[in-house]
Amino acid sequence: MSTARRPRAVAGGALVVLALVPLLVSANVADMLTRVLAFALLAVGLDLLAGVGGLPSLGQAAPFGVGAYTAALLGKHVTTVGPVQLVAAAAAGAGLAAAVGWLLVRSRGTYFLMLTLAVGEIVHELADRWEGVTGGTNGLAGVPPITLYPGGAPVRLAGVLYWYVLAAALAGAGALWVVSRSAFGRTLRGVRDNEERMRSLGYRTFLPRYAVFCIAGAAAGAAGSLWAAQARFVSPADLGFEVSALALLAVVIGGRGSLWGAALGAAVVVLVREALSPQLGGRGPLVLGLVFVAAVYLLPRGFAGIRLRRPRSIA
Amino acid sequence: MTPLLETTGLTRRYGSLVALDGVSLSVAAGARHAVIGPNGAGKSTLFALVTGSLRPTAGRIRFDGEDVTGRPDHARARAGMGKTFQHASLFTSLTVLDNVALATQRAAGLGMAMLRPAGRHAAVAEAAMRQLWLVGLAGRAATPAAALSHGERRQLEVAVALATSPKLLLLDEPTAGMSAADSARFAELVSSLGPAVTVLIIEHDLDVVFRLATRVTVLHLGRVLADGTPDEVRADETVQRAYLGDAALDDLFTEDAR
Amino acid sequence: MPAWLSDNLVTVVDGVAFGVLLFTIAVGLSLVFGIMDVLNLAHGALYLVGAYLAVRFAGDGQAGLGAFLVAGLAAVAVGAAAGAGLAVMTRPLAGRGHLDQALLTLGVALVVGDLLSARFGNDVQSVPPPAFLAGSVGIAGHDYPSYRLAVIVAGLVLAVLVWLLVERTRVGALVRATVADAPMVRALGVDTGRLVVAVFAFGVVLACLGGVLGAPVLGAYPGLDERVLILGLVVVVLGGLGSVSGAFLGAMVVGQVEALGVSLLPQYASFLVFGTMAVVLLLRPTGILGRAGRSR
Repeated sequence: MSTARRPRAVAGGALVVLALVPLLVSANVADMLTRVLAFALLAVGLDLLAGVGGLPSLGQAAPFGVGAYTAALLGKHVTTVGPVQLVAAAAAGAGLAAAVGWLLVRSRGTYFLMLTLAVGEIVHELADRWEGVTGGTNGLAGVPPITLYPGGAPVRLAGVLYWYVLAAALAGAGALWVVSRSAFGRTLRGVRDNEERMRSLGYRTFLPRYAVFCIAGAAAGAAGSLWAAQARFVSPADLGFEVSALALLAVVIGGRGSLWGAALGAAVVVLVREALSPQLGGRGPLVLGLVFVAAVYLLPRGFAGIRLRRPRSIA
Repeated sequence: MTPLLETTGLTRRYGSLVALDGVSLSVAAGARHAVIGPNGAGKSTLFALVTGSLRPTAGRIRFDGEDVTGRPDHARARAGMGKTFQHASLFTSLTVLDNVALATQRAAGLGMAMLRPAGRHAAVAEAAMRQLWLVGLAGRAATPAAALSHGERRQLEVAVALATSPKLLLLDEPTAGMSAADSARFAELVSSLGPAVTVLIIEHDLDVVFRLATRVTVLHLGRVLADGTPDEVRADETVQRAYLGDAALDDLFTEDAR
Repeated sequence: MPAWLSDNLVTVVDGVAFGVLLFTIAVGLSLVFGIMDVLNLAHGALYLVGAYLAVRFAGDGQAGLGAFLVAGLAAVAVGAAAGAGLAVMTRPLAGRGHLDQALLTLGVALVVGDLLSARFGNDVQSVPPPAFLAGSVGIAGHDYPSYRLAVIVAGLVLAVLVWLLVERTRVGALVRATVADAPMVRALGVDTGRLVVAVFAFGVVLACLGGVLGAPVLGAYPGLDERVLILGLVVVVLGGLGSVSGAFLGAMVVGQVEALGVSLLPQYASFLVFGTMAVVLLLRPTGILGRAGRSR
């Protein structure tokens, strides 16, 4: 098989395996893998923002949580149709990003990082205190299971829920991938590599940065709705700094800018935390921290960089 | 005829330090206009003010018939200014082709196009390849920009700058660090650009300057010391004194000087 | 004294004490960022190390001043080692950019946080103040916990010492010069590498000492590191990166807003703090008192 066809074959194989999962594993494992998928969508969105766009954010938990709460509130009071919740959550995440991003993307580097942290904390506090809406520190429990279409039966089988989340995550990640490969994606890389040069070519660099920030917000919001659909419980912890940090961890481990690497990194993060941690005496975060440190040192381009493939032209 | 670029009393102060003091210069359309002067004369400051990366403390800039003093750098680039940077400034993680394509896609208005894969915009890629042909880098299109030699990076920079079809091309010490052969090739490239592109060039290599330039402005300590044809400037005594004190300067200004 | 102030004086004092603790964190963060452009995201975890050192040595309720002093010495030793270690760990990444260095410290923070959890468990640990500071002092009709007053005194002494060190010694002058223009200092023949290690170690020592000092006030628990780090960042942003007096002023402001805010406007306290930080960052990226003109 030629080198050009290999990645496609691998991707195809991976998709087949992913689709077969519910037939191969127990409900608990399917639940965990569902969470992996939701988190992967969050990580891929962050990769587009940070890896491709060069905007490192420690605040993606904010649109993620906003999406989760939106989906949960819709589920409890308005509609249990999953796709509707998904779209609404993505819109909510994008809305938050649009509202704060307009100011935030004017800053660069570490300052931008600190600002996203601040926004993340503000939204976290909001979730904690706005008891009337968010249920305060206790969170929103009793979120009804989603239905796949109006009037449909509630999805109670872990396998079916997995397939729904898989489809949604693939659609979301697919959209992000399309954006990454487009001329706009090239613009993002240009702004990331050398903003001054872009301006000297006539680019108004604010626009691409703002746009990618909103897109990442939408992806995070969508991921939040998928998370809520599986957990059926949302609390301020879902908006915390830890979620943002883990998402960034996933992106770094997987390789900034490759998108699929971030999905892989997300799998590593969730699996270590949930599956391995009990085996390690609960020291999951320790292992993750060590993996993170190792990744920063040894894999400047994350898992995605291991192949040592030269950057192919996007054109 | 109206000059393409005209600055009037352009001044830039940093507190009590005056980097540029009342510089008025005029660049005719189609000209090859060189700006020379000892280090610290204000040449790069002048460029930064013209392209918009710095704001003037005083003075005005007219480009292509319009006052652009208040416009940001990207707006001036869209109006037709292209530049190269003193230290080769490229998109290091991208290929040579992508570097130029970023310029051609902006010119085609496709910078925010999100749906089609970048490669499907055939016109963008063709225009980029054409630029690469012109500077002699067509064979390196798929190479990562980071892997280029110093001379190749300079060529790429020019290709990127030209790819937006600028009316005015500002070259900031383009031959710095180049071998004699590369410098000569570079001078030929600039000469071949044709009357549609006006060139404003900062240069230390006086050989290149006197081969290329139709007009020379000499800056010294932030002010215009002399402005005229190359021969006029060569003969100007104040210029000679500024460069090398009171010693005779024939050596510096004869054509086979190195 | 206006009635409002006298009613809330206890809270104000609380705010000053909290501000002092924030200063111990912020000054290290600020100096390290100023000198190396590295955002040390492990700083909060190192504060927590200090707090747990207090738990270890002085947590059993019988502790006298001696136990706290031992904890303090341990904090200095551990802090110096950790700070120097972090400086050495981040140096190879200098070429790859400041984000990578910040990410490294984030990884270290995770590791340290989890090690602390493993050793001390996940419950909130409280540390009673030394016996002779356990009561309260009556001043002008109100009772103030003696320990808080002691914290304030200790903090002010510390702030003065740090200020003297940075502003009045040769080493301090080198540090300030390196913050302003590192290549220039290197050109003068100074080994900025060792200076950076020293500053990093110094900053982390202060954070650890802050943890010991603050243990009777804030306790020790997983998650405290995050809270303290984030507030420390706010202080640094407000006060300016690389400025000791800025860190002090910023810490006082944030301490007050947190204390008064929680007491008077619990719904809005945090918004005030983070909102102010966001506004300052947007208007003056180098902070209120920071050095202007550096691009990051």
